[in-house]
Amino acid sequence: MSDVKHDDLLLVDHIHTYIGQFHILEGVSVRVPKGSITVLLGRNGAGKTTTLKSIIGLTPPREGKIIFDGMEIQGKRPYNIANLGIGYVPEHRAIFRQLSVLENLKLAERKKGDFERSSDFIFKLFPDLKRLYKLPGNHLSGGQQQMLAVARALVPENKLLLIDEPSEGLAPILIQQMMEAIETLSHTTTILLVEQNFIMASQLAKQFTIIDDGKSVSSGLMKDLVLQPEVIHRYLGASIKTRIELEMEHESKE
Amino acid sequence: MANIAIKTKINQKSWLKSERGFIIFVVIMLAFPFVLNLITGTGLNEGVTKFWQGQLIIFFIMTVFAMSYDLLIGYGGILSFGHAASFGGGAYTFGLLMKHWAPNFIKNTPIVIGNTDITMIVVLLIVFLAVFLVSILIGLMFAVTSIRLKGTYFAMLTLALSTALYIIIKSTDLHQWTGADEGLHGVPLPVWLNPTQNRLTVYLISLAFLVISYFLMKRFVNSPTGHVVIANRENEDRMRMIGYNPVTFRTIVFVFASIFAGLAGALYSIWNMSATPTMMSVVTTVNALIMVIIGGMGTLIGPIFGAGISQVIQQFFYTWFGARWPLVFGLLFIFIVMFVPYGIVGTYRMHAVNFQQGRKRLFKHFSRQEESPREKEVSG
Repeated sequence: MSDVKHDDLLLVDHIHTYIGQFHILEGVSVRVPKGSITVLLGRNGAGKTTTLKSIIGLTPPREGKIIFDGMEIQGKRPYNIANLGIGYVPEHRAIFRQLSVLENLKLAERKKGDFERSSDFIFKLFPDLKRLYKLPGNHLSGGQQQMLAVARALVPENKLLLIDEPSEGLAPILIQQMMEAIETLSHTTTILLVEQNFIMASQLAKQFTIIDDGKSVSSGLMKDLVLQPEVIHRYLGASIKTRIELEMEHESKE
Repeated sequence: MANIAIKTKINQKSWLKSERGFIIFVVIMLAFPFVLNLITGTGLNEGVTKFWQGQLIIFFIMTVFAMSYDLLIGYGGILSFGHAASFGGGAYTFGLLMKHWAPNFIKNTPIVIGNTDITMIVVLLIVFLAVFLVSILIGLMFAVTSIRLKGTYFAMLTLALSTALYIIIKSTDLHQWTGADEGLHGVPLPVWLNPTQNRLTVYLISLAFLVISYFLMKRFVNSPTGHVVIANRENEDRMRMIGYNPVTFRTIVFVFASIFAGLAGALYSIWNMSATPTMMSVVTTVNALIMVIIGGMGTLIGPIFGAGISQVIQQFFYTWFGARWPLVFGLLFIFIVMFVPYGIVGTYRMHAVNFQQGRKRLFKHFSRQEESPREKEVSG
C-alpha cells in the first residue's frame, strides 16, 4: 500500500460526515491517483456530492482523514482548502448570475494575472464563453452556465478538480462537448468526477469508486468494472445494466 | 485576449457617457441657488433661495446615507437595522468634540502660520478624523456580530445593538455631555461654516460630499472587491469554495458603508448645529430603507430618487394632508412595494430595452406623419 500512496494526490480515509443530526457518510474511502480521472459512482442520495463537499470542507467530516498532496486537510476552512489548489465545480451550474462572464472568471483569480495566463486555454476549451464574455450570468443558457462553472475552476492553478455532475440536464451534443473538455483537462490536472451518466463516466475515467448508502463499497480500475455487469446492476440500478447489455449486444451483432 | 483588453479601454472612455445622468444632476444642483436667486432676486442667503438650499442640503446628506445603506443591503445583501448607529455615531462624535473639546483647544493652542490662524481648520480636520475612526469602529462592531449570525437573527441583533446605543445616548446620566433626551444643541461652528449665516458654503460642501461619495462608492462597487461582495450576496458557499473568506468581505463592506454614514451624520449635525437621539434610532434606519426601496436596491443611483421623494413627502405631505400624512405615505409605500418592487431605477433598468424601443417607435411614428404629406405632394 505504502508505495501506492505516493502516487495519490488525494486520499480520503474512512470519513464520517454528519449534516445536522443525520449520519450521511458512514466510512467513505477514495483514492485519487495523480494525473488521471477518478469517478465516484452511486445512486441518488448515496453520498457522492457530500463526499466532494467533505473534501472541500463545506461539510467537514467528524471522523477520518483527508490527505491532499501529503497534507491533512480535514477540519480546515473551505477557503483555506481551496487555496491549496483544489477547484470545485458544484452541481446545478453554480455561477454568479449577477456578474458577467468575465467578472465570474476574474473572481476566481488567486494571484493577479491568473486569468491572463489561463484565458487562452479556457477560451480554446469553451469558445462560446469568448463570444459571451460581457453578458451577465443569468442571460446564459444552461449549458453555457455549466461551461462557465467549469471554466471558473480553471482560472487559478489547481492541482485537483472536483467536478459534480457536469452532464446534468445538458443536451446530448453539449454532453459530448463537455466530455471532450474534461478529457482535455485531464492531460494537465487530476480530476475527481461525480457522474450519473455511466456511459460518459466509463469512457472518461480510469479509476472508479462506488458509494452506496454512505459507504464506499467498491473501487478499482474502470476497465475491470465494465466487465462486471452484476456490480453495476447492484449499485447503480437496472437501467444502466440494460444499457450496457444493449451495447454489448450491439457490439456482438457487429 | 487582446480584444478584451481593447474593449475594456473603450469602456473606460465611455465613462462620461455612462455617468451622463449624474453629471447633469450635479450641474443642475450647482446652478440651482444662483438661478433661483436670479429669478426671485432676494439674495443668496435670504427667503426662498435660502429655504430651498436648506431642503437640498438635507436631501444631499440623506442621499449619501441612503447610498451607504444601499451598499450594505443592495450590494452586500446584509439587512442591518443598525445603520443609523453609524449616522448618529458620526453626528454625536462631531457634536461632542466640537462642543466639549474644541473650545478649550482653540483657546489654549492657537496655531498660526504667517499671519493666518489655521486653528479652526486643524480642529475640523481632527474632529473629522475622529468621526472617521468612530465610524470604522461601529462598522467593525456590526461586522463582528455578523460572523456567526445571518438573516433574521442578524437583523434582530443589529436592532438590539443600535437600540442599546440609542438608550446609552439618551440616558440622563450623560445629560451634561449629550443632553440626553433633548439632544446635543448649540454645536459651535465657525462663521464660514454656519448654515444660518453662510448657507451657500454648507450647500456646496454637502454637494461636493455627495459627488465624491457617489464616485467612491461607484468605484468600490465596480472594483474586484466589489464583485466579490456582490458574489457573496448571491452565494457564500460558492465564494468559500473558490477560496474567499466571506467574513472578510462582509467586514469590508460594513466598514466602508459605515464610514460614509458616519460622515453624513457629521455633516447633518453641521446643518442642524445639533445631534439628537432620533438620528441614532431605528426610525432613521427605516427611513433610509424606505429611500433605498423607493429608488431601487443595488442601483446606487436609486437612493438619489428615493431620498428626493422622501424629502418632498416629509416636507409637504404635512401641509397637503394635515396630521394624517403618514397614512397617505404608508398607502403610497404599499403601492410602490406592490407595483414597483424594484424601485424607480431598478424598474427602469429592467425595462430599459423596452423604453428605448418605445422611444424609437414614437420617433418613427412622428417622422412618418411628417413624411406623409410630402408623399402626397409627390403623388399629387
